[in-house]
Amino acid sequence: MSTPRPSSSPPLRSSDEQARRDPALTGSHVDYVLGLADDALVSAQRMGWWISRAPQLEEDLALANIGLDLLGQARSLLSHAGEIEGAGRDEDDLAYWRDERDFRNVKLVERPQEDFGVAMARLLVLSTWQSELYAALQRSTDPTLAAIAAKAAKEVAYHHDHARQWVLRLGDGTEESHARMQAALDAEWPWVEELFDESHLDPALVADGVAVAPSSLREPVLRRLEDVVRAATLAVPDVPPRVPGGRAGLHTEHLGRMLAEMQHLTRSHPGATW
Amino acid sequence: MSTPREPLWEVFVRSRRGLNHVHVGSLHAPDAEMALRNARDVYTRRQEGVSLWVVPAAAITASSPEERDAFFDPAADKIYRHPTFYDVPEGVEHL
Repeated sequence: MSTPRPSSSPPLRSSDEQARRDPALTGSHVDYVLGLADDALVSAQRMGWWISRAPQLEEDLALANIGLDLLGQARSLLSHAGEIEGAGRDEDDLAYWRDERDFRNVKLVERPQEDFGVAMARLLVLSTWQSELYAALQRSTDPTLAAIAAKAAKEVAYHHDHARQWVLRLGDGTEESHARMQAALDAEWPWVEELFDESHLDPALVADGVAVAPSSLREPVLRRLEDVVRAATLAVPDVPPRVPGGRAGLHTEHLGRMLAEMQHLTRSHPGATW
Repeated sequence: MSTPREPLWEVFVRSRRGLNHVHVGSLHAPDAEMALRNARDVYTRRQEGVSLWVVPAAAITASSPEERDAFFDPAADKIYRHPTFYDVPEGVEHL
């Protein structure tokens, strides 16, 4: 990663300075990066479910591409989290050897998405949030995080476009597609608010310029989402938000099952390569 | 597994060093915008191109195999249409 740092940010932290940092802040830094990594990793795994199941070959490839983009983001972020942590864990250790309670992803991404409307509604939410997040993170004082964000921003712009095109067509399509797209939005909307929850984020990280304050993304993300929903002749769901907790490791029942499948091979054959 | 109602589109890709768009295949999509995006996903995954065209397959008028003789054979014995009878002067680079 070698994206140039924006000139406005403070000079690179030397490794000495890194070492002198408050250990608690380093822990929060790891958790923050892990949260973003796990959002991408879990989404990639859920997206993988669609491979061979999409309504047409073209969509199959599109969803596979999107899943692979997300997996790539997850790998960079996990590696970076491992480096900050400094305990010798690499991307594979973090992806395959952590248990459910150690995952920091939002609950939006961990639930099954075996309905195409739900998959597109969720991708719309995720990609809108990620594109605002990565745009802001490019100014992070953590240069690696800024560089990862710069690369990912282009990818999620395409994910957003893909989801938007489908939501517009299904919403403004037939009577049935409209009803099913609305039902999908209604199902995803309660999980949106967790993206802006900052109860588990160390304020010092935001003050340091490492993290983007989640609450600062709320207004632009919701505005962009609502624009697409209205253009698709759909209604913005009026539903109460679900309780957050994913960033603290409190998940729905679905994550454990998904991880069992995702981690099974590595855990059955530790160190296997092919 | 494409829905029969979705029309077929022919896809043309211009490669990084190519000057013209080259036909690479076809795909199904409900409309032109989606066809363009599907083409991106199906045909440019390995950096094959920098520009894409999609054309409704129904908009292409093709010569038919039955007409092949009448269309193409008469050109076979007009060798004077090839510039092979001229001596190229020394030093001409772009001919």
